[in-house]
Amino acid sequence: MKNLTESAANSDRAIESATPPVEHAPLGRELRVSPRPVQSRRRRIRESAVFWPLLALLLILLFDALYAPGFFKIGVQDGHLYGNLIDVVNDGAPLMLVAIGMTLVIATGGVDLSVGAVIAISAAMGAVLINPALGNKLITNDILTKDATNTPLPIIVLADLAAGTLCGLWNGFLVSRARIQPMVATLILMVAGRGIAQLITNGQIMTIYYTPYFWFGNGFILGLPVSIYIVAVVLILAWIGVRKTSIGLFIESVGLNSKSSYYSGINEPNVKLLAYTFCGFCGAIAGLILSSYVHSADANNIGLNYELDAILAVVMGGTLMSGGRFSLFASVLGALVIWTFTITVYTVGVPANALLAAKAVLVLAVIILYSDYMRRILNRLERKGRQSSRSRHDAP
Amino acid sequence: MAQEMRMPSVRYSPALSNLAQRIKLLLLGNGPLLITIVIFLLAYFVGGQLYPAMQKPQVFFNLFINNGSLLLVSIGMTFVILTGGIDLSVGGMIALTSTASAALLKAGVSPYVVMPLMLGMGVVFGFAMGCIIHYLKVQPFIATLMGLFFARGVAYLISLSSVTITDPFYKSLALTPLYIPFLKNVYVYIPTLVAPLMLLVAIYVTFFTRFGRTIYALGNNEQSALLMGLPVARTKIIAYSFSGLCSALAGIVFSISLLAGYGQFATGMELDAIASVVMGGTLLTGGVGNVIGTLFGVLIYGTIVSILQFNGTLSSWWTRIGVGILTLIFIGIQSLFYMRKRHG
Repeated sequence: MKNLTESAANSDRAIESATPPVEHAPLGRELRVSPRPVQSRRRRIRESAVFWPLLALLLILLFDALYAPGFFKIGVQDGHLYGNLIDVVNDGAPLMLVAIGMTLVIATGGVDLSVGAVIAISAAMGAVLINPALGNKLITNDILTKDATNTPLPIIVLADLAAGTLCGLWNGFLVSRARIQPMVATLILMVAGRGIAQLITNGQIMTIYYTPYFWFGNGFILGLPVSIYIVAVVLILAWIGVRKTSIGLFIESVGLNSKSSYYSGINEPNVKLLAYTFCGFCGAIAGLILSSYVHSADANNIGLNYELDAILAVVMGGTLMSGGRFSLFASVLGALVIWTFTITVYTVGVPANALLAAKAVLVLAVIILYSDYMRRILNRLERKGRQSSRSRHDAP
Repeated sequence: MAQEMRMPSVRYSPALSNLAQRIKLLLLGNGPLLITIVIFLLAYFVGGQLYPAMQKPQVFFNLFINNGSLLLVSIGMTFVILTGGIDLSVGGMIALTSTASAALLKAGVSPYVVMPLMLGMGVVFGFAMGCIIHYLKVQPFIATLMGLFFARGVAYLISLSSVTITDPFYKSLALTPLYIPFLKNVYVYIPTLVAPLMLLVAIYVTFFTRFGRTIYALGNNEQSALLMGLPVARTKIIAYSFSGLCSALAGIVFSISLLAGYGQFATGMELDAIASVVMGGTLLTGGVGNVIGTLFGVLIYGTIVSILQFNGTLSSWWTRIGVGILTLIFIGIQSLFYMRKRHG
């Protein structure tokens, strides 16, 4: 019984996405009301992917407005904007990028645990190539700290991106061709990836002294951080890719039922391969921005827990972990919620380390809000509300 | 079809070929486990050849001394993975247990109160996560992730820096060597014995109790288990509570061996535990595997680490790469075996 209502609720969601309507089994509590009532506007809003993350964002901002009055202050310094809100988008940019990639992977019904490791690999790649004494054993501090490099910047960026994309390709290969379950397949790179990153940097924390490289994480265009533009470009390209071509539909269809997608002629392995590769690509850009932002590549700590934050962002954006319908914008909003929350907690004065406990509370709230149990309660409340309003209408 | 063809040969063949058949089935059934054991022996043998100092029996017992808490955590993790779930909170739980017990001991609470309290906390923690997973239908991955954040966060709330333990009881536990009979100068410590004892309990529970069989049934197919009338909710929640208990126990062992408590302890141990469980032949989808394999998975991990330590020039990151490659190999072997079983 429980499962039937659940599947009915899920297929409601599926109908909203552009998949063809699914015929329900003629049973189940949801369907006893026939003909099915037209979805109310309130419910449609509530079921919209953007609703919950937006609500959470507004709640956190409301909290800030009440308890941290300085939070919204935005000033101008050296021709660019600064302030907490700018920090949120600038610091949150890597997470937003990873969340975009992760959304597609989760939409195919998988998960990519290796993004943190991919970030580390990409950052290590950049730091090593910038090192002006590449391959030279006799490096003096003088050479290392020089603001110069022998590798042209475009090649550094390309190598960064290529390293991450290759990692994504490897994950995609394991999942789509070797048929290993996504969690295990990406766990391998998650465990080994940081080791590989250390292999690249030879086990050292590489500090970067090359100024042009800092532009990605610290630069400004028209007063706004460069990273925002990067996120915007990736988001728009990804959106065009999945919504203006049929790739998005393919991804959703593979996520809902990979076998039936295969039999209906969708090249299911390649769809998965594409999703994982894109996720690796996004991780690589995130690594580039992060290493440029902190001026170093620490293979052990850069991008730590990003996979978890990204999954949280995607889940907050309403994408089910089992795959299917997804929304890139909602995931980016989810990432924004996480960072607004983080900066808020800092502003209020909680020590950085205790942030984890606060984050746990956030996750718990998300879990409870998104659970089927809560959804059922909300639907029941609404049905009651509608009935009472209908009876009020009927009365006169 | 394949079943029918095989059955007569088992039933009517002469005793010898019957035995051969049985051995073949046993090998097929326990293939991954046997391969795990062989790889462990091989790794240890290679280590012994490379570094003669590794041939000393003490080095073998050091595997248990150094990896006691990893073994404990992995045993709990095996239960959870067998039900088809996963528990990412174990590392956080170790940090929380060690910090909380260190802080309590510093405040002058008796260790005889602290230890049961910590174990109780672990059980309650696991129980809460199990309830969230089962009743709110949350993915185990996400719910236990919350557990990880929460446990580590609370550990930091208790103390931002490392807390040392000066309690005489803890000290005596940590520093009294137990000499192994029949071997000269080979010793373990008292906390080292906790993990093997827990392993025996876990073997008994998984192989000889109704609860153990229910775990396998649940992991193979939750829907069928439910329809068969098995206590799905209870079993699942007990599995998570057991994992909580194991990680609290691991936290106590950990804090005894380091005589300190800190929120940064055991970072990434959940991954080592999962890798050990997978190396031990347990499928992450649940329902296949056992705790004996987990023991050898942990031993393989420990052997890699000690080879690296004996080498001295290789950095610790080779551990991560080595574990990653081994995990990949094991997953490959597993999928081969289960394909083989399914087809023939």
